[in-house]
Amino acid sequence: MAIDTGGGLPQVARPMNAAPPVSPVYRLPDPLPLDSGQVLEGCEIAYETYGTLNPDKSNAVLVCHALTGDQYLASPHPITGKPGWWERMVGPQLPIDTGRHFVICANVIGSCMGSSGPASLAPDGQPYAMRFPVITIRDMVRGLVALLDGLGIERLHAVVGGSMGGMQALSLAANWPTRAARVLVIASTARHSAQNIAFHEVGRQAIMADPAWNEGDYYAALSKPDNGLAVARMAAHITYLSEAGLTEKFGRRLQDREAKGFNFDAEFQVESYLRYQGSGFTQRFDANSYLYITRAMDYFDLAEEHGGKLADVFAGTQSRFCLISFDTDWLYPTAESRHIVHALNAAGAKVSFVELSAPHGHDSFLLEHDQLDRVVKGFVE
Amino acid sequence: MTGLRPDLAAIAAHVAPGSRVLDIGCGDGALMAELEAASGCDARGMELDGALVERCVSRGLSVVQGDANLDLANYPDKAFDYAILSQTLQTATRPDLMLDELLRVGRRAFVSFPNFAHWRTRAALLLGGRMPVTRALPVSWYETENIHHVTVEDFRDLAKMKGAKVERAWFFSNEKHIGAPAANWRAEFAVFELSR
Repeated sequence: MAIDTGGGLPQVARPMNAAPPVSPVYRLPDPLPLDSGQVLEGCEIAYETYGTLNPDKSNAVLVCHALTGDQYLASPHPITGKPGWWERMVGPQLPIDTGRHFVICANVIGSCMGSSGPASLAPDGQPYAMRFPVITIRDMVRGLVALLDGLGIERLHAVVGGSMGGMQALSLAANWPTRAARVLVIASTARHSAQNIAFHEVGRQAIMADPAWNEGDYYAALSKPDNGLAVARMAAHITYLSEAGLTEKFGRRLQDREAKGFNFDAEFQVESYLRYQGSGFTQRFDANSYLYITRAMDYFDLAEEHGGKLADVFAGTQSRFCLISFDTDWLYPTAESRHIVHALNAAGAKVSFVELSAPHGHDSFLLEHDQLDRVVKGFVE
Repeated sequence: MTGLRPDLAAIAAHVAPGSRVLDIGCGDGALMAELEAASGCDARGMELDGALVERCVSRGLSVVQGDANLDLANYPDKAFDYAILSQTLQTATRPDLMLDELLRVGRRAFVSFPNFAHWRTRAALLLGGRMPVTRALPVSWYETENIHHVTVEDFRDLAKMKGAKVERAWFFSNEKHIGAPAANWRAEFAVFELSR
């Protein structure tokens, strides 16, 4: 369980979302300005911490979560009861060692595990739903920086993230360059490609095509757009895996039957697996959050934010960077990491980069990988 | 300098303390680690082999996995005080272009390479009539990464053609430093320090 050594933060006990209020929640003292020009009043950020903050507050490591991740980094998820999403990486004696570091993981704004999002109550007492402002990755990071301010952490020992978490780490390094000494970006990208946006649009359309979505207004209804959300998750899940990985895991094997049944049941194991993934996801995730966060990712183009040239984004940075890609990741392929590395080289930044070999595609960053562990440990120490 | 290969030890001994250094083909990072620890240098590395990059990063060095034939282009002019290319020139697609890149990204360059005109190599070719497999060139022609064999005199010619000045040179045989006389016969390895 998390040890809260944050101390003295104004916390809100009242549940704002469907999720049980297990994590401490930090209520931002000021309205949060957003890239859209809007502001978010009364913004709340739910977070977990692991380890102990040292007296000079120099040992903090911020881990940023991915699209459907949350703050339950190294402690059980309150809804699913499953272990934290990176328990194999974060803990005592692990590559991100909670014996040395004070590790923070916060739910991004727009999400649904205790931080302000479309399921939260607007000032009028009703859920925001689609009235929640459209946010960006930089807005999420602005929220995280506000949390760091609240915790009194001026400079992180490291910011770490995989996938969308990597985008946040990059955004932090680009926009708040003095706030992190080390920046570790795993299986990520500096911009969403047309293909990335296309897959997300499939997911969003699946949600919006579900009659239960009801223009986002379903929080008081008997049914939620679970079917649409499940399809969105199924489509996305395919992009997280490699073809070889799927073949190895499922091949063309049939599910619980000896022969084809000439019907549209989940006849193949891979169908059954995707359906399971899709329906499981709806138990813990809000469909509107999925819309908002995928939109934020699609908007992400770090160079565009800084005049179009990625090297300019990092000009003068004093942070050390490490980028890691996986050879079978076709969602954010190695070329995207190289693109960032080249920009960092051009900016004269201290940067490491390695492409690791792993059979499981994009999801490899979450799975067992000794080389990944060694690189993370070596860089974060 | 203990434990460093002789050519790397020579380079380590002659890099000015506190310099910014790019080690191209840095291997397991031995030279970089030495330069950072002993000379307070800001060392960066480039290495093609991912397993070696992993070892470098896990020991805290800043190394990118990259192909020197392609990826040097991303570094700005004179980004480093020294660009170091050890035992890699002879594996380059175009050693002449790589030398240009070294002298573009670095104010000075160190280049080390096995000398194909060492007497053993000459003897193996002259008397044996086959591509030499020697102490300095231990891999057979069909699997060696050395696709552009070069001699001390070839390298001097290339440097001259490129308008590069040879600041210093060191020669090695049997892991030991030897003098410059007749180096093209006697040296198994050579290290050149260039400027332009």
